[in-house]
Amino acid sequence: MDILQKEKKLDALINELHRLDDEAAIQSIKQNIENYKQKAMRSLSAWDRVLLARHQDRPNAKMVIEGVFDDFIELHGDRAYEDDKAIIGGIGLLNHQAITIIAQQKGKTTEENIACNFAMPHPEGYRKALRLMKQAEKFNRPIITIIDTPGAYPGLGAEARGQGEAIAKNLFTMSDLKVPIITLILGEGGSGGALAIGMGNQVLMLENSIYSILSPEGYASILWKDSSRSKEAAEAMKLTAYDLEEIGIIDDIISEPLGGAHRDKAQTFESIKNKLSEILDDYQAMSQFEIQQERYKKYRSIGFFQRFNYENLKGVVK
Amino acid sequence: MKREQFKEAFKKKKAFTHALKTYKKKPLHQIKQPDVPKGLYEKCPSCQATLNKSHMFEHMFVCPKCDHHMRIRAIDRIGITVDEHSFVEKGFGYITLNPLFQDHYEQKIVEYKKKTNLDEAYIYGYAEIKGEPLIIGVMDSYFMMGSMGSVVGEKVTKSIEYAIYKKLPLVMFVASGGARMQEGIYSLMQMAKTSSALKRLDQQGLLYISVLTHPTTGGVTASFASLGDIIIAEPKALIGFAGPRVIEQTIKQSLPEGFQRSEFLKDKGMIDKVVHRKDLKDTLSKIIRLHQGGN
Repeated sequence: MDILQKEKKLDALINELHRLDDEAAIQSIKQNIENYKQKAMRSLSAWDRVLLARHQDRPNAKMVIEGVFDDFIELHGDRAYEDDKAIIGGIGLLNHQAITIIAQQKGKTTEENIACNFAMPHPEGYRKALRLMKQAEKFNRPIITIIDTPGAYPGLGAEARGQGEAIAKNLFTMSDLKVPIITLILGEGGSGGALAIGMGNQVLMLENSIYSILSPEGYASILWKDSSRSKEAAEAMKLTAYDLEEIGIIDDIISEPLGGAHRDKAQTFESIKNKLSEILDDYQAMSQFEIQQERYKKYRSIGFFQRFNYENLKGVVK
Repeated sequence: MKREQFKEAFKKKKAFTHALKTYKKKPLHQIKQPDVPKGLYEKCPSCQATLNKSHMFEHMFVCPKCDHHMRIRAIDRIGITVDEHSFVEKGFGYITLNPLFQDHYEQKIVEYKKKTNLDEAYIYGYAEIKGEPLIIGVMDSYFMMGSMGSVVGEKVTKSIEYAIYKKLPLVMFVASGGARMQEGIYSLMQMAKTSSALKRLDQQGLLYISVLTHPTTGGVTASFASLGDIIIAEPKALIGFAGPRVIEQTIKQSLPEGFQRSEFLKDKGMIDKVVHRKDLKDTLSKIIRLHQGGN
């Protein structure tokens, strides 16, 4: 049973209780159930976190922007083809400092989701992000990117307009920007679609968000030819914030209220805001060259392998 | 005291030379051909014509009847592209590990190593094409579909850095199924790594030609394959980010004929040129010569 099913069952039990007469008994049983719920939420499995990251009520990018930044102005279009609604961008204030914000937007209702294509960007979206990043560099504004996407959109138009090239160009350009990029993974971070705006100097993750090369379902169906084993895949893929922090892919974890960000949005936004302003303060003392170098070194050093050399032979061959 | 140190150093040296000897590659003709039916003849996958294997190298692994470009081993690719005896391999000794502790991954790697006689799906080194020096990097799609894990990402980055160090043009032959799923998030980050290395190459004003061959898909398309100053493709190669099967599942209809093939992408303005394998050597040498002032 995963966390959402457990929760539903407990809520049903509480409703049942109201039919009883004894007020004191009801209170004590309620307390017990509440304790059990909290205990369950403290020991989440990887699959539970996948479900929380995709939760219907989880705050989306627009809510975060509204809750964290002031005076946000949205800017549209890639100046070449059309405006992609899966990626929103603009300028806002964080503690009276102008910031360029680029975010992947999930809808709350079905209509909204169809309009923004379930947060799966087309090449236009990446090109819009690139335009806004170059603009930020020109005016020396830090960039904050918010990631919440299942992945790039696998469709005819996206392929014909050069999806791969658009992502590659973003990575190519982001590696050398003179302003700091801070990436926040809000919900799902999937594949190249997430990385295309996620090459930050600092990568932060919310406690219950996930970041992976593809969805657990896709992983199970590619490697094991069985998409029903997605729970197992979620455990094997090391996609939770704690796993990724341990291996040094991300830099910090922002804690969420117990039971997920949707339980207490104001508190979530507060902790996001505190973390972001703390990091931005650090970058104010750094020169442009240092910022470029930091980002280059961060990504240059990621990899897990060994190299055969003189030193490695010590003890192996006698 | 000193004597002991000398002794130790001597031991080390002996061990090193021994390891190097056992490590050295076999000569070209001794390398086993994987996944090809044993015997003298093989069938063209496109027109089913029976072809004599011993003539394949002369035909550059192109079917003489229907012009089908076959998948090709990295070592053969170097053989038909660069001048004879000019290739010097660099970047030996990378060992693939199992970062996410996936089941059966190590065994798979060992199997592929035996089968292909390669360390990983990418080899690079110094070579000459019609006397023009360059750094050449070739992916081998027979090694786990040429997928990009930590080692391939690192070797690609090293080859780019070697080109920067030597101030030579870089030519990369890409054939890959994308990122290696078994290495998970590490594979994804190789996209960022290779792209940022290419940015440095770009800033040095050096030429980078990427040659896309069948198949080029996934994370490789979304990083170094698409970043060439000049992008060349072989005829009818499959090139794209999402695989055709995934697209079909998403849009729930079959794809049009020729979709994601080189000719289609050329029409859409995504690549510079579609070049037949027989003309590739001439084209490459011409482009490199033109970038050196036409001497």
